[in-house]
Amino acid sequence: MSNHTDTVTHPVHRDDVGAKMGMWLFLFTEVLLFGGMFLVYAVYRYQYPDQFHIAAMELNTTMGTLNTIILLTSSLTVALSIAALQKGNKFLSLCFLSLTLLFALMFMVIKYFEWTTKISHGIYPGSPELLTKPNGQILFFGLYYIMTGLHGLHVLVGMVVISFMIVFIARDKVTSDNYVKLENSGLYWHLVDLIWIFLFPLFYLIQ
Amino acid sequence: MANEIAVKNFYNQSTNKHTGILSWLLTKDHKRIGLMYMMAIMTFFVVGMLIGILMRLELIAPGRTIMSAQTYNSLFTLHGVIMIFLFIIPGLPAIFGNFFLPIQIGAEDVAFPRLNLLSWYVYIVGAILVIVSLFLPGGPIDTGWTFYIPYSVRSSTNISLALFAAFVLGFSSILTGINFITTVHRLRAPGMGFFKMPLFVWATYATAWIQVIATPVIAITILLVIIERAFGVGIFDPALGGDPILFQHLFWIYSHPAVYIMILPAMGVVSEIIPTFSRRTIFGYKQIAYSSLAIAFIGYLVWAHHMFSSGMSDTARWIFSLLTFIVALPSGVKIFNWVATMYKGSIDPKPPFLWVMNFIFLFSIGGLTGLVLGSLATDIHLTDTYFVVAHFHYVMFGGTGTIFFAALHYWFPKMFGRMYNMKFARIAVVLYFIGFNMLYFPKFIMGYMGMPRRYYDYLPQFESLQRISTFGSWILVGTIFFIFGYLFHALRKGKKATSNPWGGVTLEWHIPSPPPLENFEKIPTITHEPYDFSQLKEMKDE
Repeated sequence: MSNHTDTVTHPVHRDDVGAKMGMWLFLFTEVLLFGGMFLVYAVYRYQYPDQFHIAAMELNTTMGTLNTIILLTSSLTVALSIAALQKGNKFLSLCFLSLTLLFALMFMVIKYFEWTTKISHGIYPGSPELLTKPNGQILFFGLYYIMTGLHGLHVLVGMVVISFMIVFIARDKVTSDNYVKLENSGLYWHLVDLIWIFLFPLFYLIQ
Repeated sequence: MANEIAVKNFYNQSTNKHTGILSWLLTKDHKRIGLMYMMAIMTFFVVGMLIGILMRLELIAPGRTIMSAQTYNSLFTLHGVIMIFLFIIPGLPAIFGNFFLPIQIGAEDVAFPRLNLLSWYVYIVGAILVIVSLFLPGGPIDTGWTFYIPYSVRSSTNISLALFAAFVLGFSSILTGINFITTVHRLRAPGMGFFKMPLFVWATYATAWIQVIATPVIAITILLVIIERAFGVGIFDPALGGDPILFQHLFWIYSHPAVYIMILPAMGVVSEIIPTFSRRTIFGYKQIAYSSLAIAFIGYLVWAHHMFSSGMSDTARWIFSLLTFIVALPSGVKIFNWVATMYKGSIDPKPPFLWVMNFIFLFSIGGLTGLVLGSLATDIHLTDTYFVVAHFHYVMFGGTGTIFFAALHYWFPKMFGRMYNMKFARIAVVLYFIGFNMLYFPKFIMGYMGMPRRYYDYLPQFESLQRISTFGSWILVGTIFFIFGYLFHALRKGKKATSNPWGGVTLEWHIPSPPPLENFEKIPTITHEPYDFSQLKEMKDE
């Protein structure tokens, strides 16, 4: 029967509200993914409050604060980029998106230095140094690596998504009257930002 | 079929310019994707079934019969992983949901056709990873499908890869869920309010929500176990301050709602078949619709009934026990409404209806024995025995598995445009019933007598019951191959099906069999209630 296959071209079906609804549902699953981790954190924080307090002092609050500011600013730039595109200013939109990408990169570089410093001090899962510490601190650092690591992975994914958006806008695939892809990418980026806003106090500010 | 090209249908119309296999592999048509799921899922069902029959063969006599204890451990793990993650979770929503959800709400396709194709590929990748994990050095997994800590961290078999496969399959499940929710919200035909949707759509919609809400929790749990295996962080290791019971909580927070992912679409199919063959509108439409949502919601709060003997406070145990009893209520509402629909109906006992009768009987046994396990005192006696295995197979195989066959027999003419042999189908229902009960009912008795599950060997007093069970497995598997046989024959040689062979009134029966690519010539406007059989006459005039 395949010899006589007809090709039917669907009229291009476009539903921006539907696309955004799908994105919100996806973000919901992301919140639940991290929700599982926050649950584990809550259980162990409740079990070892003092040791979490002591372990948190080892984290570098300055670096953490810097990263918070960077990520919050990047959320602003991505929002400005959408606004610029809506107003038809393609160049400005591209500028703001590139700026977002730059901030994301800065965040990852700072994260890299934080992690390598910790690792050079012998604090990483399973290290002999860490195993001499009490259980609560072992768990604190375990959770620190898992949760910031998972968040970092999301930042990387976000960077890939934003890079695609830059290409799409440059090639006029995403334009001032068809920008739902950019809006959805922005939503994703805000979520990455939002999760960090919870991670930051839970790890850095509980001293 | 070369002479029959005149009638356009989705087999000879394509969404892309390719022909042959590529026109399927790159298709965006929900019906073709549904059939691709069907091919893959039924293949894995047969694999899982063959593993099951090998296990039963091993248990025909005490001691070693055909395999080593380690092989047996791997087989029951694989049987569980394949049947749960590759067959029963995607089974109804991905095949029949994909095919019929858009048609039943009067849509051309799902909201995100490309994403739909992607979820099929993600499913296939996950399935391949499961297969690969069998053959890599390290050997097939042997923890049981529940992957309980600490053994899943210590076992030297390919646990990490198999877990990653489950993670990937979860992704496919989430994408399908997102797609269906958006489809139901955005693509209903004009006039189709939420309370004019067929109940299969309601059930699939509730299922999609559970897929979206529960699956991420198993995803993170799986990641944590993989991280534990790779880095030894200590989250679940008491020596480092972790808590192995926490794994069980996280695991069941997903895996209990997952059983509702498995059963809800089946209940939706039942709510379709019973009105069609009783020629009567469904009794208590809204109650059935709401009870789907109630099951989806309460089903969330009962997970710890899997852990009554794992170590929990007494308060937690009785609360979870109470909630478990409460979740039986919406299921009861459905059963009573189905039976009330048949009352004074003009019943036409065609094969799909007989399959549903099979379901009501088997599922009721499964449901009632669930209450035995849900109450604390009896559960302590029966935990980890064959009783649990029997209960689980009665609800999952007797419930969802039976409805899988019911749906297949109900929608087969619509999907393939052919009729199967009614007499064979009736014989199959009876044989299935006999084989099923012979296979699983003795397990209730053995479990009550204290036979633990997952054991390779057993005491002499269980021998006769084990043997009956093994004989039953041969009848059941024989029947299933018989079903595949006559359905396959019908595909090629069956009589052509009319557009409405059963006299159904939901939208799929208004369009030709098999449906054209775009389902409807023009998007219909809905004026009738979903099960209003007074339309039958005007449908004949169409």
